[in-house]
Amino acid sequence: MFSLNEQVALVTGASRGIGRAIAESLAAQGAFVIGTATSASGADAISAYLGDQGAGMVLNVTDAESVNQVISDIQKTHGGIDILVNNAGITKDNLLMRMKDEEWNDVMSTNLTSVFRTSKAVMRGMMKKRHGRIINIGSVVGTTGNPGQTNYCAAKAGLIGFTKSLAKEIAARGVTVNAVAPGFIDTDMTQALTDEQKESIFSGIPAARLGKPEEIAAAVVFLASPAAAYITGETIHVNGGMSMV
Amino acid sequence: MSTIEERVKKIIVEQLGVKEEEVKPEASFENDLGADSLDTVELVMALEEEFETEIPDEEAEKIRTVQAAIDYVTAHSEE
Repeated sequence: MFSLNEQVALVTGASRGIGRAIAESLAAQGAFVIGTATSASGADAISAYLGDQGAGMVLNVTDAESVNQVISDIQKTHGGIDILVNNAGITKDNLLMRMKDEEWNDVMSTNLTSVFRTSKAVMRGMMKKRHGRIINIGSVVGTTGNPGQTNYCAAKAGLIGFTKSLAKEIAARGVTVNAVAPGFIDTDMTQALTDEQKESIFSGIPAARLGKPEEIAAAVVFLASPAAAYITGETIHVNGGMSMV
Repeated sequence: MSTIEERVKKIIVEQLGVKEEEVKPEASFENDLGADSLDTVELVMALEEEFETEIPDEEAEKIRTVQAAIDYVTAHSEE
């Protein structure tokens, strides 16, 4: 019911953190996983941890050519992508009063426009197969908001609207589109938060701890599996109770 | 060998699940053959594969009838 044997998965931003946990968990269920990183050393590291179950590739999600090239290479070599996990993301936090256009645009481009590009690139193959899973990694702050992150929260909220709309467009073709919205997970990204930010966040988590990357990966594996075929347009919040939507 | 017209009609029959006699030249995919917008996108994909060509989005949007599909392929075919 949860087996992903003979499925090909593409996970963007898989060199560390949540992306790595997702790539490893999909592989553990039998999928062949392509993990992407922005650098060759990142891609090599992905190849190393996936072993026979996958490979790392260099991909810049903000570059349309790079996206189309990588996806067409995967289609040629592995016969199409069954599972797309849009995980790549960055933060460039700043108070709105001080936020530069560049900080806004970079976050939009990497976190939201990239999802449009990769999803569009896999769509033909999934529609033809009458099967596919697109799983977008959002964030709890896309729903709750967070000071200093107008750009990041706008992108993550946008991703939920994208997820619902695309889900409606292609549900009749056996392709589901869902989001997983992590709360505060123990990764490099949350390490970068200020003590002040952390303190206010921790006091609001009923589970009284950070989440683990594997706990996000578990939700992704479920949505990718045959068991979740009737779930689409949904956002699963994995946040230790800090926000119940 | 089949003509372009025959090949186009065969694809329309397969993609839209309609009867051959319904595929008249003037028939509109959406109004007469029961296609929705996603069906027409898939139809264009099938035409691209059958005729090994790429149909740009702005051209694809104009292909709304059986005749328009035949005309497009005829005009862009190397045969």
